[in-house]
Amino acid sequence: MRKPVPFIEAAQRAPLSRDRRALLAAVTGSALAGALPRAAGAQMRIDVSGVGATQYPIAIAGFISEGKVPQDVADVLRADLTRSGAFRLIDPSVTLSDTATPDFADLKNRGADAVAGGSIARLADGRFDVRFRLHDVVRGTNLGGESFLAGEADLRYAAHRMADWIYEKLTGERGIFATRVLFVAKQGPRYRLNVADWDGENIVSPLTSTEPIMSPAWSPDGTRLAYVSFESRKPVVYVHMLANGQRKAVANFRGSNSAPAWSPDGRTLAVTLTREGLSQVFLINADGSGNPRRLTSSSGIDTEPAYSPDGRSLYFTSDRGGSPQIYRMPADGGDATRVTFGSPYNVSARPSPDGRSLAFITRREGRYLVAIKNLATGAEQLLSDAGREESPSFAPNGRWIMFATQSGGRDSLMAVTVDGRVKQRLSSNLGDIREPSWGPFTR
Amino acid sequence: MNQKIRLAFVFASLIGLAACSSVKLDDQAGGAPIDNRGGAAGGGPGTGGSTGATAGGTGPRQVTQVDVAQKDALSDPGGVLSKRSIYFDFDQYTIRDEFKSVIEAHAKYLIANKGRKVILQGNADERGSREYNLALGQKRSEAVSKALQALGVAGTQLEAVSLGEEKPKSSGTDEASFAENRRADLVYQ
Repeated sequence: MRKPVPFIEAAQRAPLSRDRRALLAAVTGSALAGALPRAAGAQMRIDVSGVGATQYPIAIAGFISEGKVPQDVADVLRADLTRSGAFRLIDPSVTLSDTATPDFADLKNRGADAVAGGSIARLADGRFDVRFRLHDVVRGTNLGGESFLAGEADLRYAAHRMADWIYEKLTGERGIFATRVLFVAKQGPRYRLNVADWDGENIVSPLTSTEPIMSPAWSPDGTRLAYVSFESRKPVVYVHMLANGQRKAVANFRGSNSAPAWSPDGRTLAVTLTREGLSQVFLINADGSGNPRRLTSSSGIDTEPAYSPDGRSLYFTSDRGGSPQIYRMPADGGDATRVTFGSPYNVSARPSPDGRSLAFITRREGRYLVAIKNLATGAEQLLSDAGREESPSFAPNGRWIMFATQSGGRDSLMAVTVDGRVKQRLSSNLGDIREPSWGPFTR
Repeated sequence: MNQKIRLAFVFASLIGLAACSSVKLDDQAGGAPIDNRGGAAGGGPGTGGSTGATAGGTGPRQVTQVDVAQKDALSDPGGVLSKRSIYFDFDQYTIRDEFKSVIEAHAKYLIANKGRKVILQGNADERGSREYNLALGQKRSEAVSKALQALGVAGTQLEAVSLGEEKPKSSGTDEASFAENRRADLVYQ
C-alpha cells in the first residue's frame, strides 16, 4: 500500500532558501485542465458537468522543475480543483516558483483572486522535493504553503495533498482530493474489490473472486475493509486488513450474513443476520470475537444498518410498516422511529458526516433516485435523475455523495455535490463498477 | 447450471470408483461391503442413505442386497423432484398452488432420506437496494424452509440463504426476467 508522504514543514514555514528564482515571465504553454472530459488513466474515465454556486477564480502557474519530472504535478492540482466545481481556473501563462513574488497586477487583470506556484526538484536519493505557495492576489499577501518529499509513485498524491491544502485555505472546509474510494468491479465472471484515488487513478484490487462481492465498507481509520463475499456459496461478512491482505470471516452464521456497518470507533460492526429467521440487525465485535447481540426484533425485514457519526444511533431499513422505510433507533437497541415518508420505497440510509442530513434511495414513479433529507427540517431534495441509482456514500467532508447508477447498459459510479450542482461520472472500460464506499480523510 | 456441475461431479466420481477397485465404499453406501460399481445402483456417493439396499444377516456373513432397478428418485430427470425452483409473485412470499406438489415431493424425499441436506437459495430481481434484495431473497428461501418443515422435514436438513440479486438466472430488465429471478432454488448437498 501507499506509504504516507512525510511532512517536512507545516503550513506557515519560513521562506525557502533553496530556490530564489524569480517569477518567470516566459510563456510556458501550460494548458489548463479545462478540456474535460479527460481520460483518467487506463481504466477509469471522469466526466464533470455543472459548476458550484460560487466559483473561486484561481491561477495555478506552471511549477519550476529541476531535472526530469515524471508527473506534471501542477496539472494534477489543476484537474483536482476544476473537478471540485468550486474553482474557476485562470491561465496565468507563466511558471512561478514557490519563492517568487507573483505579478499581482497582471493576475488581477486576468481575474484571479489567488495564485499558486511551486517547484519540484529531484533529490540524490531519487525522491522529489515538491513545494508550493499560495498568494492572495487581491490583497497581495502570502497565504503560506507546504512541501513534501515524495517518491515517484507518490507525486500524484503530493498534488492531491496540495489541492486539499489550497481548498481548505480558500473555502474553510477540508478537501477530499487525497481520499480514496472503494467499489466493486465485475468483469465477465470475475469480481474485484477495487480501491482508487478519488480521481479514478491508482486502482488496486485488494480482493479478486469468481463469486459475488457486495456491500464494501471502509473502517473509520481506513486500514480495514468489511464486505460480504459469496465465496462459500452464501453471504458471509469478512474484515480485511488492507496492508497485509489478512482476512477473517467475522459473521459466518447459519443463513445469510450481510450489510456490515462500522461503528465510529471501529470496534463494532452492525450486521444483518438470518440465524433466527428473517433478516435482523445484530452487533458483533469487528475482530470476530464473542457472540452476536440482536438489536432489532421485528417480524419482517430489518437490514442496511448505518451508524450516526456520533455513534449513538443506528439508521436501518425495515418493512415493519408494510413497505421498506428508514428507521432510527438507539445504537444499543430500543424503540425505533420512522424517518422517511412520501414514497413506498425508501432505503439505504447514509447519514452525513455532520449528522445533520441523510442520503438515501427513494423510488419515485418507478425510478430509483438519490435523495437527501435535512433531519432538522425534514426537507428533501432529489439529487439524481437517471432512475437506477443505488448505494449512496458521503465524502468525508460531506460535500459530495457518490452512488451507483447505470449508463449505456453498464453499471457506473456518479458523484454529486449535496446542493446538486456539480456532477461527476466515473465509468470504466473494463466492465461494471458499483457499490462505492468513500474512504475517510487521509491523515 | 449448478445442478449440471453437480451431476457431472457425481458421474466423474463413479468413474473414479469403477477405475479403482480398492476404494472403500463403506462411507458412500451406508456400510454396504459390496461394490456396486455399475453406476446405476444406489444414489451415488453422498446420498448417505441405503436407497434400494436392504440388510440380510449380521456379522461376517452379512449380505446387503442391492436392487439396481430402484434408483434415487432425485436423479430421475422426469420426476417431480427434478423440479428445484419455486417462483414467487411480486412482493409475495407464499407458495403458489402450482408449486405445492413440488414442495410435498421434496418433503417426502427429505423425510425418507434424513442424511440428505438441502440449501435453499432465495433470489430477487435487480430493482432497488442490493442489501434489501438480499433480505427479500431470504424471505423466499425462508418461505420454502417453513413449508418443508410444516410437512415434517427436520430443520437440521435445511439451510435457508439468499443470493439476493447477485446471481440472476435471467439478466434482462423486462418483467419476464424479473419474474424469473423472484425464485428460491433447492440445492441438494
